Amino acid sequence: MRFPDKSQALARLDEVLTTGVMPHNTALGLRAVDIDEGVVTVELPYQDKLVGNPDTGVLHGGALCATLDATCGLAIIAKMEDLTRIATIDLRIDYLRPATPHKSVICRAECYKLTRHVAFARASAYQDTPADVVACAVGTFAIFADEPSLTASALRPASGPA
Amino acid sequence: MSSLVSIVERSRASRDLAPLVASIPFARFLGISAAFAGEELIGKLAFAPHLVGNPLLPALHGGTIGALLESTAIFTLLVKTETLRVPKTITITIEFLRSGKAQDTFARAEFTRLGRRIASVRAFAWQDDPSRLIAAANASFLLMPVKDEQDATVADCVPR
Repeated sequence: MRFPDKSQALARLDEVLTTGVMPHNTALGLRAVDIDEGVVTVELPYQDKLVGNPDTGVLHGGALCATLDATCGLAIIAKMEDLTRIATIDLRIDYLRPATPHKSVICRAECYKLTRHVAFARASAYQDTPADVVACAVGTFAIFADEPSLTASALRPASGPA
Repeated sequence: MSSLVSIVERSRASRDLAPLVASIPFARFLGISAAFAGEELIGKLAFAPHLVGNPLLPALHGGTIGALLESTAIFTLLVKTETLRVPKTITITIEFLRSGKAQDTFARAEFTRLGRRIASVRAFAWQDDPSRLIAAANASFLLMPVKDEQDATVADCVPR
């Protein structure tokens, strides 16, 4: 099991998100909800600065794009044995409905295949229940086996099971 | 008529996009702007430390580049068409071609096909050299008005 001490791993993920290890994720206000081997869930709290349409108060697609991308990356890190840098190769996002204003968006991502050089991840963003999907994403990520990652080492400092 | 649409109509007439961009909170948060270069609309993401995803390199967060591409596509649709509502993104696929350095990023968009209800758009992002792209996107937008903004879904644009 990758994270035998779940609460410690979750606290570490929240620290990574809130202390500027990845500055833009902190700027977005992302918070940790859950972490497991290859699966990460985060919360994007509703904030006025993230609005894309001032008439409706609906979140900008870019805020969801950044959250989905980040959560996919974290899910991959939560599955990797060796903690090295990763980078998004491509990301497809389908926007199923506008996010309801003044409500958090929950984003759950899963790394469903990890190879030496490439990882495959998918994610969905929802509000009240996981069935209530706002947007979903699927992406491929490059793994740089010889380059260190601040995020990965902050998430799993011992370079092994948390 | 919504306030955003009236701002869009003024921007179309004046070719000054600043009021339009300034009306969008997320564009202000990221530091996105847009201006005409001849007939072409160029979107700009001014570098700022809160846009960084990887401080070691450092590199821009992919989401900020995605937001620039999507925003540039929407601004281009708003000023180059007569649409009376903000186009809704149905889907966008972003290819990250090079890591975004800690400097300003630019983007432009072109229509692959402009239909009555659906627009297919390509968008491109670069930093120093427009021929060295750092990212490209393929996106589809819903243009047609729907009765209730909150109820608009992908189903609204399924061809019958």
